[in-house]
Amino acid sequence: MPDSAIIIPSILNGLTTGGLYALVALGLTLIYGVLHIINFAHGALLMLGLYAVYFLNAQFGIDPYVALLIVPPAMFALGYGLQRGIIGRASHGRDENILLVTLGLSIIIENLALFFFRSDTRTVDTPYSFDVIEIFGAFLPYPKVVAFVGALVTAALLWLLMSHTDLGRAIRALAKERKGAQLVGIDADHVFAMSFGLGVACLGVAACLLLPSYYVNPQVGGGFVLIAFTIVVLGGMGSFVGALVGGLIIGVVEAMGGLFLGESLGQLGIFVIFILVLIFRPTGLFGAKA
Amino acid sequence: MADTKTTKTNSAGVRRRDFLATGAAALAVGITGFPAILRAQAAPVKIGLIHPVSGFIAFSGSQCRAGAEMAIADINAAGGIKSMGGAMIEAMLADSQGKPDIGAAEVTKMTEAGVHGIVAGYSSAISLATSQEAAKTNTPHVVDVGVSDSIVTRGLANTFRFGPGYGKVAEMAVANLDTINKAAGSPAKTAMIVHEESLFGTGTAELLSKQLPGIGIEVVDVIKHANPTRDFTNIALQIKSKKPDLIIPANYYNEYVLLARTLRQQKIEAMGIYSVLGGAASNLQFVNEFPEAAELIMDCNHWYDPKSEVALARRKAAEAKGLVYTYEVFLAYNAVAFLADAIDRAGSTDQDAVNAALASSTWDQHGMPYGPTKMVNGQNEGAQPVNTQVQKGAIEVVYPEQFASAETVFPMKM
Amino acid sequence: MKSTNKLLVLIVVFGLIALAPLLITQESLLNIVIMTLYAALLGQAWNILGGYGGQVSFGHAAYFGTGAYTVAVLQIQFGINPWIGLAVGGFAASAVGAFIGFCTFRYGLRGSYFALVTLAFAEVLRILSNSVDFTGAGVGLLIPLERSAANFQFLTKAGFFWVIWAMTFAAFLTVWKIGNSRFGAQLMAVRDNEDAARALGVDAFRVKMGAIMLSGFFAGLAGVFYAQYFLYLDPYIAYGAAISVESLLVPIIGGMGTLFGPLLGAAALHGLSELSRAVIGDAPGISLVLYGVLLVIMVLFVPRGLAGLSSHLRVGKPATPKTEEGKGHA
Repeated sequence: MPDSAIIIPSILNGLTTGGLYALVALGLTLIYGVLHIINFAHGALLMLGLYAVYFLNAQFGIDPYVALLIVPPAMFALGYGLQRGIIGRASHGRDENILLVTLGLSIIIENLALFFFRSDTRTVDTPYSFDVIEIFGAFLPYPKVVAFVGALVTAALLWLLMSHTDLGRAIRALAKERKGAQLVGIDADHVFAMSFGLGVACLGVAACLLLPSYYVNPQVGGGFVLIAFTIVVLGGMGSFVGALVGGLIIGVVEAMGGLFLGESLGQLGIFVIFILVLIFRPTGLFGAKA
Repeated sequence: MADTKTTKTNSAGVRRRDFLATGAAALAVGITGFPAILRAQAAPVKIGLIHPVSGFIAFSGSQCRAGAEMAIADINAAGGIKSMGGAMIEAMLADSQGKPDIGAAEVTKMTEAGVHGIVAGYSSAISLATSQEAAKTNTPHVVDVGVSDSIVTRGLANTFRFGPGYGKVAEMAVANLDTINKAAGSPAKTAMIVHEESLFGTGTAELLSKQLPGIGIEVVDVIKHANPTRDFTNIALQIKSKKPDLIIPANYYNEYVLLARTLRQQKIEAMGIYSVLGGAASNLQFVNEFPEAAELIMDCNHWYDPKSEVALARRKAAEAKGLVYTYEVFLAYNAVAFLADAIDRAGSTDQDAVNAALASSTWDQHGMPYGPTKMVNGQNEGAQPVNTQVQKGAIEVVYPEQFASAETVFPMKM
Repeated sequence: MKSTNKLLVLIVVFGLIALAPLLITQESLLNIVIMTLYAALLGQAWNILGGYGGQVSFGHAAYFGTGAYTVAVLQIQFGINPWIGLAVGGFAASAVGAFIGFCTFRYGLRGSYFALVTLAFAEVLRILSNSVDFTGAGVGLLIPLERSAANFQFLTKAGFFWVIWAMTFAAFLTVWKIGNSRFGAQLMAVRDNEDAARALGVDAFRVKMGAIMLSGFFAGLAGVFYAQYFLYLDPYIAYGAAISVESLLVPIIGGMGTLFGPLLGAAALHGLSELSRAVIGDAPGISLVLYGVLLVIMVLFVPRGLAGLSSHLRVGKPATPKTEEGKGHA
């Protein structure tokens, strides 16, 4: 049994880690909810975002948080182009084609990164890398607290965008009823690409907030994909609130699993929750009825 | 397969990529003025280098390849295999992508293309696959890094390992720790092991937790973690609550970076951080990037002999090329040089002769703290890890004494 | 193609493949044939459930790994001959299929929900195999080297060839049989429209259970073969995502729900991979970039898989059933 004194710090830490997970999952839930795409390239795109942040820092001395002004827009453009130029064209209306093409893209992106950036693990050194904030006797690393707040803000912005803008209404209409939306004059290809671009832009935000407490190498994305899928399912596909709450829950489950079952076996908790939710409540905690 | 066909001429049939790699070295030799006629007479000696240069362990794989290629360039520049009329060594390169099945398939291709010896695999899983495939044709196979002891205990007559296995490393880690601890008046009484979940971490941790009680150090907890572990705060909290005198990590670089950073954030103080097979004190990248976090950390790992001229010259040459001088580089370098020496002594590329020469090797131009090579069942008995410590931003060997470049500072918090 | 013709083609194709060890003297080439057959076996296993049954699985490593670990554990811990382990491995994997099927089909999971839950099951098995002693945990299992046919460790590649040839042929014959059976008709009816199939009195649950158990069985055989061919297993090799991806890549590239799709897909993927490695130099990763590019190009231009292409050329209409057509983007 773990020492009871560390349970509270562990939960608090799990929450902040969960905030990071939620950031990665927000983009995924948008893409999944609207395009119904299981995007295998999500991890590879996160990795690209992390490299962008890294090089901005290493070459131009731009702080990762300042990079928030640069990386997400660039990632948006990339995502828009990928969906419009490749993924949309390759789908031919079939799920399995999207699966293959995003898989192909992830192989390409990861290995191009390997070729150009080499396989070294890189980290950024910021003045606040080692700073902590003390809450209830727990030392919470400053970058993770920022990421936690960032996740809240990003989720709120996405929610505003979806509910209060024309684009958001078009996206929701398209997600619900494709043919009907097209009948009323929505340019489906454009809106799909906008959604994919937004999803990838979320990864850009995640990259800026993640790198100060993490590292980047060509394979780094793989470690986040599965967990992001878990969160999306747990929260309900397409739900931003769900992704946020799901991320926090998974963060805490992971922390508690690690504490009570051991760090390796404790990963089991995440997948068991995943399976149980899928079986008993496949629409997730905040998902619309299927 | 067209790409594995080979002919006697120097370049025509050699796989294009191999030629590209070795061609440059050969060219360099040509320019420095070795008699061209000599090279034309001697058929090249082909050494296959199989490393995971893509995939999850790509960093270590590329480091291995870089070290091995340096060795080949050096040997060729010094006149090639002398007993064979100055035959040049030609590298055949292959990428195992981190997968044992691909590694084994590359061995098959290479043996058909007439490879004379193979240096592989970095990971234990891949080394197991490549060595047993090479054994089918009795092709000499030198393992560069794979630390699992099963690699050399299977009775394969073609398989040799120049560096130590994890059995030896764990034994030395415990023995050296005992000496260091006793010299300081035995302040350390408890330890906590934090290891990664695959073969090397698990195997090492098992051996350590069995042997540490024997030197009066109680293992208060063993924490096994996944690769990747995205957050180490939980582990740091557990360390904090158990307050071990020593923290003993055995994990890969990515996880080590996060662990070390988290230990600092959580303000955890111990008498020592003592890594086995990995860690800050055998990783120049870490020391350069996190000098404060690295200070006074100790490792028991592969390292070169800091008093050896050969070793220092090699490090300088490697760093001049922009390489970070990690243990993969010099272990792979030595694996190739060890094989080349055996071919030289065998005077031919006959497999039995080379295997016999490998088995009876007394080669000592390795710059490692090993002494002359002594192979027993394919394992170099003299191979051993050493203890290193980060002191004032540099990696110093602190134990055993005959190789030490500095005194041990222990405990690290006064 | 009529079904008897298909059988004829199948027999001829496997007859021709059987000439491989007689014609090919290079072990490395024979190895490519072996690995292609092995991929075809894995892909055909997936195809039974995913192609014919419409239940896309992301977790076939669960069955593959169970087959592999079964044969290894039986040998190492109990000294049981691997030939017996072969059968046990297949059935053990089938049992895992039954368990996963029961947990998911009973609750009506479909589409991407089913896909994701299979992925999670494979991960659970990977974590468990990493934690319990009898699978060697993270250290893995090394099958002792004792080369003899009686020990399922052949001295030559030809021996392994015959084993994988026979197993793959058996899988293809089974799938041919499925295509002509009442069970197969029901399975495809469930795939095309589960509710309509139910209305016609098809017991969808039972049919899907049959498919997942058969699928698991053949994937388990592939796992046993892998274990005996390479003699070392660890949790990532056995239950890692790479195997799950390979099992779905092969039939999707080749043509889902077609008899020959997995063979075409396996040949194409191994061909692409060998080609990109031969063409490209040894710059780390670049051959994989080319592999990825070829993959994307194939999806762009051959969207119905290779089997769809060939029948498209021949008779001018797609061979793949109208599974996903008309469902729009989803």
